[in-house]
Amino acid sequence: MATEKFETSLKKLEEVVRRLEGGSLTLEDSLKAFEEGVKHASFCSKKLDEAERRVEVLLKRKDGSFSREPFETDDK
Amino acid sequence: MDIFAEKTILTVSRLTSLIRGVLEENFEQLWVEGEVSNLSQPSSGHLYFSLKDSGAQIRCVMFKGAVKNLKFRLTDGMSLILRGRMSVYDQRGEYQIICEYLEPAGIGSLQLAFTQLKERLALEGLFDEKHKRPMPFFPQRVGVVTSASGAAIHDILNILKRRFASLEILIYPVRVQGEGASLEIARAIEDMNRLKLVDVMIVGRGGGSLEDLWSFNEEAVARAVYRSAIPVISAVGHETDWTICDYVADLRAPTPSAAAELVIASADQLRGQLDALSHRLQLAVETRIARLQASVDGMRRLLQNPGTMLGHLAQRVDDLSGRLDFSLENLTRRRREYFTRLESSLLHQSPSVQADQLRQKINYLSSQAERQMLLKLESVRQVFVSNTARLDVLSPLSTLSRGYSIAIRKSDGKVLNDAGDLVAGDRLDLCFNKGKAACIVEEVKSVNS
Repeated sequence: MATEKFETSLKKLEEVVRRLEGGSLTLEDSLKAFEEGVKHASFCSKKLDEAERRVEVLLKRKDGSFSREPFETDDK
Repeated sequence: MDIFAEKTILTVSRLTSLIRGVLEENFEQLWVEGEVSNLSQPSSGHLYFSLKDSGAQIRCVMFKGAVKNLKFRLTDGMSLILRGRMSVYDQRGEYQIICEYLEPAGIGSLQLAFTQLKERLALEGLFDEKHKRPMPFFPQRVGVVTSASGAAIHDILNILKRRFASLEILIYPVRVQGEGASLEIARAIEDMNRLKLVDVMIVGRGGGSLEDLWSFNEEAVARAVYRSAIPVISAVGHETDWTICDYVADLRAPTPSAAAELVIASADQLRGQLDALSHRLQLAVETRIARLQASVDGMRRLLQNPGTMLGHLAQRVDDLSGRLDFSLENLTRRRREYFTRLESSLLHQSPSVQADQLRQKINYLSSQAERQMLLKLESVRQVFVSNTARLDVLSPLSTLSRGYSIAIRKSDGKVLNDAGDLVAGDRLDLCFNKGKAACIVEEVKSVNS
């Protein structure tokens, strides 16, 4: 599920930052960690922006199935 | 028909039917107040009970059709106001009220129904904290179960629009008041669960009267919310309106707008957290690289000029040998100080010092003893003086000093206090304060004269 991936990604980002701030990494490891951190940050950011604001209304058909249609408001 | 005019013989059925006619005609519409007792509700669905006060009681029946509209549950001992009509139950020859409507005396029936349902569901554990599902960590799709034309959906969309929240909102339109609305709401919650289209759902409506909000106090809604696997935020009416739905829900929002705020709060918070982390990531790697760069620069400078390095080493040798000298000197000085300290403490322990102290103590104690002795003597003297003074007061000599004298018969030495004891010619000694006189009695005057 997308939310779980987001959550683990955010956790990993936190970890990377803490490791880097510890300051005991070699240069090579620091750069690797940074690269990993940037990857997680952009993934999380993308997830947050991904869902655009969309308003739909769920309509029940006669046969009991459902369809989704845009919700019209007068101030939209 | 005049049944009293002549001797008309009636059957029991006929008489009963006549009585019923009289009762039904005269008590067609009545209101009565009393207390419920002997309540029973058999499987037929009809309700049977007695209504009584301190002086009388009357049988009542409420048929299934009327029972259906009853919001609260009847219990023995409850005070009621009921509307109905009189009738007779022919088979048993009993008159009874056929009840059409009833309400609790004192409080409204909706209020009572609310209290009863709340107590019952609380007892069942529907409101228990341990059943509350946590709000999703990062909600992306929000379901809203409410009227598509009401104020609630309008408020919710307004908040979400103002905050630029990137959320999918799925509205499940339902009626939120009137007959059958509660079942629609309950079904909507169940459908949302079955379709699994949302991470969290808001169930609610805008403000209104107690009657308007009533659907959210129905058991069907409460049970649907309780069963929902998707977390439910209840948002019914205004801040001050509490419904059963609010108590069962995983989270209660005071208003629909507040519910929308609650949903996006976590997303906002996550965005802030992500920004802070990205900033720290950047900063940490820059700091790390800057530090490495600085030490590389330092090394390079040393490499370029071996002379400098030698100079550094020479300086270090000088520094170390200086510290070596200093520490030797230091060591000797500390030894000497230690010895001096030992010597002085030895002198303090000498026997002559102790003897002096003992002598002082003896002097002090003997002077104390002397002082205590003097104090004791003085107090004994005080006692003596005060006793002597008391003796003076009691002595006959002190009486004589005030001018009295004592007469003593010479012949037998008796001290006289009655002239009747004397005869003329008796010899007396009169004792004064100072000295005495020998006297002869010339005449005895009787006491009575």
